[in-house]
Amino acid sequence: MGYTFVEKVLARKAGKKEVMPGQIVTVRPDHLLTHDNTAAIIGKIGPELDRYGIADPEVPVIVLDHVIPASNEKTATNHMRIREFVERFGVKNFFDVGEGVCHQVLVEKGLALPGQVIVGSDSHTCSYGAVNTFSTGIDRTEAASILLTGETWLKVPQTVKITLEGHLGKGVSAKDLILTIIGSLTASGASYKCVEFHGNIERLTIGSRFTISNMGVEMDSKGAVFPFDNVTERYLKAAGAESEPVWADDDAKYHSEHVFEMGEMEPSIATPHKVDNHRTVRELLGLPFHQCFIGTCTNGRYEDLKTAATILKGERVSKRTRLLVCPASRSELLKAESDGTLNILLEAGAVVLPPGCGPCLGAHQGVMAPGERTLSTANRNFKGRMGCKDAEIYLASPATVAATAIYGVLTDPREVKI
Amino acid sequence: MKVWRYGDSINTDMLFPGKYTYTCSTPEEVIPHLLEDLDPTFHEEVKEGDMLLVGDNFGCGSSREQPVLGLKAVGIEAIIGRSFARIFYRAAINQGLILIECPEAVDAYEPKDEVELDLEKGKVRVGDKEFSFPKLPPQILKIRDAGGLLEYARMKLNER
Repeated sequence: MGYTFVEKVLARKAGKKEVMPGQIVTVRPDHLLTHDNTAAIIGKIGPELDRYGIADPEVPVIVLDHVIPASNEKTATNHMRIREFVERFGVKNFFDVGEGVCHQVLVEKGLALPGQVIVGSDSHTCSYGAVNTFSTGIDRTEAASILLTGETWLKVPQTVKITLEGHLGKGVSAKDLILTIIGSLTASGASYKCVEFHGNIERLTIGSRFTISNMGVEMDSKGAVFPFDNVTERYLKAAGAESEPVWADDDAKYHSEHVFEMGEMEPSIATPHKVDNHRTVRELLGLPFHQCFIGTCTNGRYEDLKTAATILKGERVSKRTRLLVCPASRSELLKAESDGTLNILLEAGAVVLPPGCGPCLGAHQGVMAPGERTLSTANRNFKGRMGCKDAEIYLASPATVAATAIYGVLTDPREVKI
Repeated sequence: MKVWRYGDSINTDMLFPGKYTYTCSTPEEVIPHLLEDLDPTFHEEVKEGDMLLVGDNFGCGSSREQPVLGLKAVGIEAIIGRSFARIFYRAAINQGLILIECPEAVDAYEPKDEVELDLEKGKVRVGDKEFSFPKLPPQILKIRDAGGLLEYARMKLNER
């Protein structure tokens, strides 16, 4: 009998010949991601850090991204404590404010590699499945424990196999694809399971795969992984990384299997306040939006900004709305700057924010007033998520958000030039 | 003992709004905002030994552990749910907060029913009906019984 991706990765990591779903294994993760919450994490273990230090300075990856630059004295003090911690324990991989959203930074610096196990105190840690990494979210307490001991336990999950057939149509993107899948499988459809993507993936860029894996947690999956192929190889070579890919056997045993026809998918949105509230854009055309937001670890990469610029070239953002653009990283912003993409967005009237999480989590920047409505490329539309419980968040692709920004009302990107 | 009932897909933003994530971390800071956008008077009315009875996918969303910290700190004895989101489930083990996944018990509950837990036997009694739930594996019970993951980690570090 064959094995799934996650069974192989966890067996290798736990030093066992094979592992079975339900089995609990102890592993030493290749990396532990933490961000602004590092301050709270190290605050839990002050005396232990004095006494034992950290298990391995190569393991933590710390990125300041959630509230950057600091918005008040408290967040500034958190950042200061994190910098002191990094200096004191010689943490090798530290990225200060402005480098980008942690998940984007980790992948583009070649720190997430095929076949590795990475955990992080952020639910979207599952993003690295895009480059064939098993990665998953944990809480702050567990991150504190791993800093000290270097190890943790994982229950080997069952796996859900998703096969993608056909190809996405013009104006339909990876975001529409994952919103459609989550709408079909539901927000708890992959609970405690790892999701594997099979089928026609060769036209999906690493950015597109990132968007899909990133939202794996929105169906409560433990990981959401793609195989290693020529696309992954080229990307990782450019990042200067070596890799030992892993993939499922053809006769692996799955919890369930689903097939999705990409050619049938349409520009999609998730309506408040659940990510699995799937509608097609066509069903809600004309719905007014006070704010349009392009960015985040889901859709703030160069290719997303480029898509938006293609639609916004020579246009102006409607007076009925405002457009916020928050690049996922400095490096993605630089790409957008070098070929004029950024200029097009600025000339159209976009407000460009520093690379980071920006308005996504409602801690600062782009907070809405009661009764307002945002169309966002982020991954969550929970009530209160963007800082106001009486505001509404709809999720969509960069193309749909850009097209909507021109008119101030929900617009099908296929109806404007693309 | 009061049973607090909530429905399906209660997410981490409803349990503890994200806007406080980087300014409130200790139980004292968390409690005033606990369930703020779901049930604003909960934190004032909840009493030690109360239980939560919840629907599917409770705690979905962020890796935010403040809801777990807060619910443990106000003395919630256990949360009985149809199902829990993965990270929330793990965070509860790490804080020593008891979660019981038992959809039958949730569906059987009628207002004013007494709810009693027997963790040893893996049984929950709702009114006059009794249901079984799977116990946690022994490796994981060690963490909960130590009082949470950090206490467990401290124990292991001291043994080295």
